[in-house]
Amino acid sequence: MNTLTLAVELAYWQQTTIRAVVGLVAVLLPAGTLVYLFLFKMMSFMQSRLGPMEAGPYGSLQLLAEVGKFLQKEDIVPANADRVVFKAAPFVVLVSTFLLVLVIPGGPDLMFIDVDTGIFLALAVSSISVIGILMAGWASASKYSLLGALRATGQLIAYELPLVLAVMGVVIQAGTLNMQGIVMAQAEGEIFGFGGIGSPFIITQFLGFAIFLIAVQAELTQPPFDMPVAESELVTGYLTEYSGMRFLMFFIGEFATAGIFSALAATLFLGGWYVPGLDPTDNLFNVIGPMVLLGKIILVAFLIFWFRFTYPRFREDQLQTLAWKVLIPLSLVNIVATGVLKVVF
Amino acid sequence: MSEFLRSWLVLVVFGGLAVAVVGTFLGLGSLLRPQRATEQKVMNYESGVDPQGDRWSQSNIRYYVFALMFVLFDVEVVFIFPWAARLEAYGMFGLVEMAIFIFILALGLFYAWRKRLLRWI
Repeated sequence: MNTLTLAVELAYWQQTTIRAVVGLVAVLLPAGTLVYLFLFKMMSFMQSRLGPMEAGPYGSLQLLAEVGKFLQKEDIVPANADRVVFKAAPFVVLVSTFLLVLVIPGGPDLMFIDVDTGIFLALAVSSISVIGILMAGWASASKYSLLGALRATGQLIAYELPLVLAVMGVVIQAGTLNMQGIVMAQAEGEIFGFGGIGSPFIITQFLGFAIFLIAVQAELTQPPFDMPVAESELVTGYLTEYSGMRFLMFFIGEFATAGIFSALAATLFLGGWYVPGLDPTDNLFNVIGPMVLLGKIILVAFLIFWFRFTYPRFREDQLQTLAWKVLIPLSLVNIVATGVLKVVF
Repeated sequence: MSEFLRSWLVLVVFGGLAVAVVGTFLGLGSLLRPQRATEQKVMNYESGVDPQGDRWSQSNIRYYVFALMFVLFDVEVVFIFPWAARLEAYGMFGLVEMAIFIFILALGLFYAWRKRLLRWI
């Protein structure tokens, strides 16, 4: 770690304030970008329509218009609902999202926290959202919501295992759980003696990358894994009774999580903020690192949303079969194979 | 306060930040939105007909077996993580040990598979 070349030494509370502001941007900016770029525009183009065009040039201000609309919508809490739990659920989901962003490094010195359990922390806090979803579904006291929440729970815990096991290959190769260490391992690594492009783990861990993306797709409850919110079966699943701002909170949470999972995939498999050919300890990366990372996030998110707009929904039992009979055995094989290669070579 | 504890304090700050963001948005909305709840509006949505039965109906949790197996594998993961981070130091010894460990757990998965627990029940 090289020293910070800042003109002033910042006190801890000042650093924390900056981190909080940057964290807010890091959660909301990718979320907004993904919604506009992919959900509004790419999906429309793939379906031979233009998408939103009225608000701003090419509909670029559509998001602001949407937030303005949701702000004015009446907040309806069902009379039967468990009011406290019903109102607490969006908070829990968003807390999970905000804690996820903590571990992602944006440059050699740019990080929210530098802990040695980095990726482990991210995988741990990502499962808090399951509790939020279960709270939302149960507290609504609606049959659709309850069924949706139970489906979501079954799905999220089933796909958490392939997600975690796929990361294990990266951890074995990098030899550390620290996210900064994983980026460095990719920047300084070499594949069979050739170090020209470093060693982005997507090449040596391609199976892991594929499993990770499929599991992320399921964790986000996006098509083809959107049974918890399947509109033709369950209205909108656990979100049925939510309206106005509270619904928007879940929506923001979903797309912010999509952005952060893309960032995790970019950091673990594509080299994070690093671009080949430069010295990874160069101070330059403190400036261009976040932009490189955003570019890679959009690349990974493009894949995720491409799947989303292309495939029809699975059946519920096919979903569980895929996780338990295909992905988990495959990722176990991946771990053992990576371990053998690591020890032998 | 040590550097270590300070980095964990950031975690608490971010949790608070999330609560503040949701609170701000909802508070802002409460200034703008109408508040006219009628009996029909606060009724649970069941595709337009009056809701049937009690508030919380019973339903069959089909995936309780998966929940049990999830615990099994989640504990496994907790054991694999430190091993994966230190594999270089353990070398061949660590590899064989972990291969046996993973084999036993895979055997558990295989047993559940043969017992036909991994299907719609």
